[in-house]
Amino acid sequence: MNTKIYVLHFPKETGDKPIICELVKKYDVDFNILKATILPGNDGLMVLELTGHRSNVKKALEFLQNYGVKIEPISTIIRRDDSHCIQCGACTGICPTHALYLDRTDMSVLFDPDKCTGCGLCVAVCPVRAMEVALGQDIVSEA
Amino acid sequence: MTEKKFKVEKTYEEINARIKAGEAVVVTAEEMVGIVKEHGAEEAARKVDVVTTGTFSPMCSSGAIINFGHSNPTIKASRVWFNNVMAYAGLAAVDVYFGAAEVAEDDPLNKVFTGSFRYGGGHVIEDLVAGKKVKMRAIGYGTDCYPATEFEKEVTLADLPYAMLLNPRNCYQNYNCAINLSDKTIYTYMGTLLPKGKNANYCSAGELSPLFNDPLYKTIGMGTRIFLGGGIGYVSWQGTQHNPAVPRLDNDTPKKPAGTLMLQGDMKQMSDKWLKGISMQGYGTTLAVGVGIPIPILNEEMAAYTGVSNDDLVTQVVDYSYDYSHQVARNYGEVSYAQLNTGEIEVNGQKVRTAPLSSIVKAREIARILKEWIEKGDFLLAKPVHQIPDK
Ligand code: SF4
Ligand code: SF4
Repeated sequence: MNTKIYVLHFPKETGDKPIICELVKKYDVDFNILKATILPGNDGLMVLELTGHRSNVKKALEFLQNYGVKIEPISTIIRRDDSHCIQCGACTGICPTHALYLDRTDMSVLFDPDKCTGCGLCVAVCPVRAMEVALGQDIVSEA
Repeated sequence: MTEKKFKVEKTYEEINARIKAGEAVVVTAEEMVGIVKEHGAEEAARKVDVVTTGTFSPMCSSGAIINFGHSNPTIKASRVWFNNVMAYAGLAAVDVYFGAAEVAEDDPLNKVFTGSFRYGGGHVIEDLVAGKKVKMRAIGYGTDCYPATEFEKEVTLADLPYAMLLNPRNCYQNYNCAINLSDKTIYTYMGTLLPKGKNANYCSAGELSPLFNDPLYKTIGMGTRIFLGGGIGYVSWQGTQHNPAVPRLDNDTPKKPAGTLMLQGDMKQMSDKWLKGISMQGYGTTLAVGVGIPIPILNEEMAAYTGVSNDDLVTQVVDYSYDYSHQVARNYGEVSYAQLNTGEIEVNGQKVRTAPLSSIVKAREIARILKEWIEKGDFLLAKPVHQIPDK
C-alpha cells in the first residue's frame, strides 16, 4: 500500500463533474480530502491523500490528468528555505513523518521532501519561519 | 586559601605570547574530548593551549542599548519605538534599551491562540545588524532644553552613534529537558510540547557549551573576551538567575540549570548570521544568540574540564504542563546529553522522541571560527578581573 499527498488544480470546466467519486469506484483507492477551495476564476484546488496499490494510484492520477487536472506532489508545496534555517532541530520533534530529521552523526537537520505529507505543523513551529508553504496561499497551515 | 598544585602550569601571559607567535595549539571542545580520552588530562594540558566552545540558541534576556543621537530641535524622548517595538526610554534624553522579548505593539499576541509573534525586539536587533533600515519613532513632553515633542525617521545601524548588545542572561549552564504530561498540546518557550509526553525538547550545546567546559567558572569571569554575535564581546558580570549552588556530578558539571553570564559587545561588529529574531508559537519573541568562549588550558584540571563529553553531562526531565508553571520541584528522570542526542529517551517507562532547540551545527561553527581567530593571532585571551560566584 502506498500513501501520498497530491495537490490537484481543477480547471473550472470540471467543477460540476463527480470526478473524485468516479476515481474511487474505478481504481480502488482510498482518499482523504485535506483541503478543497475554489480559487478566483472558479478554478478548484484540492489537497488529496491517496492510498492504494502503487499501480492503481498511478492509473487514478492518469485518469485525473485526462480531465485536465494538474497534479503536483505536496513536496513541491512545502519547502525549506535553507538560507533561513538555523539548524536548531525544533521541527524534528513534531514532524509526524520524520521528513524533518537529524543526522545523528553531526546533528544537522535534514529535510526529505518525499516523506513530507504537507501537514503544515512545522510551519508554525519553526522559530525563524524557514518552512514555507508555496502556491501563494496558505493551503495547509491556515484553516 | 591554598592554591592547588598542578603538574602542568601555564599563565595567560604565556598562552597569549604563544598566540601572538602563531604557536598556540587551539582545539574545539569537541576535539578536546578525544584528546583527553586518548592522552589523559595531564598530557592534554601540555599539548593544548586553548579550547574553544560555542553555542547558538534562543536566549531570552537579550537586548540592545542604543543612543540614537540628538535631533534638531532636540528631544527628551520618553517613549521610543523601533519598527513598532517599544524601547525603554527612561534612561536619558536619547538613550534607550529594548529587549528581545518585547513584541511589536500591533501584534495580536495570544488573543487568537496560538499567537505567532512574528516580530519583536529580537527581530529589530537582527534587522539592525543586517544593515536594514528600521523605522524609529520618539515622543517626548518637551522641555526648555529639549523642545521637540516627537520625531520619526528611518535609521540604520551605521546611523546610530552607539549600539551595544547587552544581554543580562545568556549561556545558561545546562537547561531542563521539557515534556508535557497533560492531555493537551502546550506552547512554551521550550517549543511545542505534545500531550501525554509524546515529545521532549532540550536546549544546550552539550559538550560544546561554554559553561559545561568550565563548570566552576575558573577562567570565565568578568572581562573574559568572547565571540558574541559574530563580533568581539565581553563577559561583564554573572547573569540574572545565576545559581551555582545546585547538585553537581563528580566532574563538577551541574545536573540542572545553574550558572549564567551577562554579555555585552559592540553591535556594529555583529552580523545577522549570529543574531536571529525568534518567534516561539504561542509564547513570544526572543533572540537566538551565537556565543563562543575560549578556555585557556592553564593546567590539567582545565584539560579535564574541557574534556567532558555528552556522556558525562546530564539534565533533568521536567513537566511543563503543571510542574514548571507551579514551581513544583519534581523531575521525571535524569538523562545524559548523549541519550538526548540519539533522538529518544525513556520517561515513566515510555519511549519519548527528543528534539533540540539549540543548534549543534552552528555551535560547532562558532567554536571553529573562534579557533581560527585565535590561531591567526587576532584574538588574545583576557584574564578575568573578577571571578563570578561559584557557590
Ligand atoms: S509539513 Fe508536516 S510532514 Fe511535512 S515537513 Fe512539515 S511537519 Fe513534516
Ligand atoms: S525548526 Fe526551522 S530553523 Fe529549526 S531546524 Fe527546523 S526548519 Fe530549521
